[in-house]
Amino acid sequence: MDSKFLDQLTELLEMETPVKPADKFRDYENWDSLAYLSLISFVDEEYGIVIPRDDFGKMNTVQDIIDFIKNNS
Amino acid sequence: MAVFKYRGIGISGMAGAVPKEVYNNYTDNPNFSLEDAKAIVDKTGIFERRIARPETCASDLAYAAATQLFSSGKFEKEHTDALIFVSQTPDYRMPATGILMQARLNLPKSCAAFDVNLGCSGFVYGLNLAYSLASQEGIRNVMLINAETRSKVYSFKDRQTGFLFGDAATAFIISKNSSLGSSVFKLDSDGEKGNYIMAKSGGYRNPSTQDSFIEKQQPDGGFHSDEQGYMDGAGVFEFVITQVPRSIKDTLALAETEREKIDYFVFHQANRFMNDHLIRKLKLEPEKVPYCLHRFGNTSSVSIPLTMVSELSDKLNQTKNLLISGFGVGLSLGSAVIPVHSPEVLPLIEI
Repeated sequence: MDSKFLDQLTELLEMETPVKPADKFRDYENWDSLAYLSLISFVDEEYGIVIPRDDFGKMNTVQDIIDFIKNNS
Repeated sequence: MAVFKYRGIGISGMAGAVPKEVYNNYTDNPNFSLEDAKAIVDKTGIFERRIARPETCASDLAYAAATQLFSSGKFEKEHTDALIFVSQTPDYRMPATGILMQARLNLPKSCAAFDVNLGCSGFVYGLNLAYSLASQEGIRNVMLINAETRSKVYSFKDRQTGFLFGDAATAFIISKNSSLGSSVFKLDSDGEKGNYIMAKSGGYRNPSTQDSFIEKQQPDGGFHSDEQGYMDGAGVFEFVITQVPRSIKDTLALAETEREKIDYFVFHQANRFMNDHLIRKLKLEPEKVPYCLHRFGNTSSVSIPLTMVSELSDKLNQTKNLLISGFGVGLSLGSAVIPVHSPEVLPLIEI
């Protein structure tokens, strides 16, 4: 799942360089409320999981998102 | 569980009115650069909205829509035994606008008239009430009005809400029709999330003060005052994508039907991004899901009936099964499966 997710996230957030697990996604220049909605929508469609906002608020790195999806699949 | 079933009741007349002033979301908001505006507008899919003049109230739009129905010659004023006015932008805090509308429309004093304070779920709730009243033996026609000047509630400087809301009104007639089969409504509430969409000041909990009118900068850079509405867009999105699909599946099951047998799914016109997500999640055929938000924006409780008037007017001449779903401020949610058969549909007017 990891490498596919990283590719998808790179495309979703329109990043110029590939997203890496250790990245702090909130520091991305493209990160804003619209990017957040795109991510929540994408994870729901792809993995059938709606990440609750409280849980998302605690996530800092791309790896945190991956771990959440794995733990809740 | 709030489930309601009816047989032999339906919509027999539909009319709508919008302000003639067209607001271009790309170019007409001076508070945002074209680049910023484009990023938001392309995501929400709301390219134009109609904005009422300062002196135009929701009830003025409603009056124009309702008058059309009576002018058509198909409906008698004397047969209007109830009038439901659904709005969160009334003329006054009291009396209820619906009662004033009874007089303005010259309806008989024997007509029961009242307001319902609901937003985006308000058409489904209002229609359920109208069906319930119309089920009574002595009740002939029920007029259901949905009317909003939502553009006056929100700050045009707010990133979350400044591009979304438009103004409109619809007037529907609900009456007995023995050729119609059963309708099913399912209504839900989640008041714990009441603060997700709210105008904090100006009521009796937080009376207006000098400070409540000051527009304050928000963490995302936008501005609104406590008198204006605000929306926690991410919270609402989470609510909608978890609760609405469930509500729709439950309602289909309660109606003992399936999505393939539904001719049109008419959703509250929230924003394109959210509605498209619902379509994909529910695996619906896009051609069965009409939209009008690109032209009129999010018009709160008016958005479902406005979509019916503007997009389905020529498609309802044979019996069609509609699934309607409204969701938002409250938070409040309602879905229904209703058969619609050849209602009188008046053309949408601009005033």
